[in-house]
Amino acid sequence: MEEVPHDCPGADSAQAGRGASCQGCPNQRLCASGAGAAPDPAIEEIKEKMKTVKHKILVLSGKGGVGKSTFSAHLAHGLAEDENTQIALLDIDICGPSIPKIMGLEGEQVHQSGSGWSPVYVEDNLGVMSVGFLLSSPDDAVIWRGPKKNGMIKQFLRDVDWGEVDYLIVDTPPGTSDEHLSVVQYLATAHIDGAVIITTPQEVSLQDVRKEINFCHKVKLPIIGVVENMSGFICPKCKVRKESQIFPPTTGGAEVMCQDLKVPLLGKVPLDPRIGKSCDKGQSFLVDAPDSPATSAYRSIIQSEYLGVEGVSVHTSVQIPTGLEGA
Amino acid sequence: MEAAAEPGNLAGVQHIILVLSGKGGVGKSTISTQLALALRHAGKKVGILDVDLCGPSIPRMLQSQGRAVHQCDSGWVPVFVDQEQSVSLMSVGFLLEKPDEAVVWRGPKKNALIKQFVSDVAWGELDYLVVDTPPGTSDEHMATVEALRPYRPLGALVVTTPQAVSVGDVRRELTFCRKTGLRVMGVVENMSGFTCPHCMECTSIFSSGGGEELARHAGVPFLGSVPLDPELTRSLEEGRDFIQEFPKSPAFPALTSIAQKILDATPACLS
Repeated sequence: MEEVPHDCPGADSAQAGRGASCQGCPNQRLCASGAGAAPDPAIEEIKEKMKTVKHKILVLSGKGGVGKSTFSAHLAHGLAEDENTQIALLDIDICGPSIPKIMGLEGEQVHQSGSGWSPVYVEDNLGVMSVGFLLSSPDDAVIWRGPKKNGMIKQFLRDVDWGEVDYLIVDTPPGTSDEHLSVVQYLATAHIDGAVIITTPQEVSLQDVRKEINFCHKVKLPIIGVVENMSGFICPKCKVRKESQIFPPTTGGAEVMCQDLKVPLLGKVPLDPRIGKSCDKGQSFLVDAPDSPATSAYRSIIQSEYLGVEGVSVHTSVQIPTGLEGA
Repeated sequence: MEAAAEPGNLAGVQHIILVLSGKGGVGKSTISTQLALALRHAGKKVGILDVDLCGPSIPRMLQSQGRAVHQCDSGWVPVFVDQEQSVSLMSVGFLLEKPDEAVVWRGPKKNALIKQFVSDVAWGELDYLVVDTPPGTSDEHMATVEALRPYRPLGALVVTTPQAVSVGDVRRELTFCRKTGLRVMGVVENMSGFTCPHCMECTSIFSSGGGEELARHAGVPFLGSVPLDPELTRSLEEGRDFIQEFPKSPAFPALTSIAQKILDATPACLS
């Protein structure tokens, strides 16, 4: 699909192959034959596969580097602290798969069995899948165009043998493109509970996140709520203990955006240098730093009524949640 | 769009630099704008091409949101962000009807617009064209490298933060550069520590050392570490010229040093 006209209506549009801009396109005959419009059989297969998965949560952001993978990983860790809850973490960031590192699973490989691909297990009740497990070297680049990335995502949803799962958490790359369209399309008939959208406080981040919220509305994906990450920093060496706004909420941060767009604010997570260190070491920050205000914020978000988490036992070291009130 | 694009829309551009990272949110757009501003303050004429179609950050960073793009005989006229017309900018942000409108396109449509951005923008005479990219190694990156190949870019600046999770992605970006024949001018480490304004102690919020180690591992120059600087973040929010207005701020020395290294690495042109 190299020489597609710039106003290509899309292979699955009603105008595919018939529009004025299709003249001369090398794919015109294929599109006009309706091949692009036929529903992908994989969608039914994925619907069947997903019957054993009770809840599906997408973690999105228009903006890169706001903490989607960090949040996905720690949502998974937090939920998996209840041994009776089965958690699946799926990383569909094909070009920048961070989840293996954050979960301490770098270098692990995926095994095939009769029932499909086996996820890599961190704990008995926490399984992970990522393209990172399919690469042989940490320097390998996945230089793929959209259609090939979509094919990988289809395989992840159709061919991974997750078994009985209470929560499938899907970590996504930044943006509103192939990966996002594909995961929504493939899971369309399998019912997605909704999306958690991550942002940081500054407008440069919010302006991309508003687009992501619009994307969710466009594809009819329910929004569970927004998490504001990197929300303030208290220097651990400082006697003064005054907060610094490294990423200043110049337009009111997520709080104002959520009010304007009428979506729930699930919580605010402050910066803590120990988060980055735990992620680099592949350990759960919730366990490494139970006393951190960031841990309290994470826990209160996980237990938020909006996430609809049922039957998750409260960890005994949780203090009164501070994450939901203005930090 | 006609197959034979206007010849020579990039003919007046002396040097093209791509700003890449495998990782999102490390500061590609920040480094792109600050590099452009620093080069401008060194007397250069600079253009910025923002090929992040899903998350176009640059218009806001240069206080140019909502500006209109006009047509001329040679194609689209880039938006000038300053009165002296020494910094020009093209971004999909200018083509959206509403600022919150999402660009929900699959690869082929993104590729087509990027080709247009490269061939149909009337840049005129520029010393440098800085190309800001989205994170990853996919459609946008392949389209941009292919479209720019005939114009022989000077190379790529690769941006990372210090932590291993970032370096892990950026290693793959360096492989992309190698595979596509794009010379790496160097690695920039951003968000390298934060000096608390109250106690003046520095904290490595996003770990430390990753950028320099990555450069060493890949055998490419390490161009410098830019610390976290709330004045810089605020300048970007408000579209101010950080290089001009905050010379005493923590990020200023690193940013100007990186720009100087780019100037030093630029071959002299025959007139």
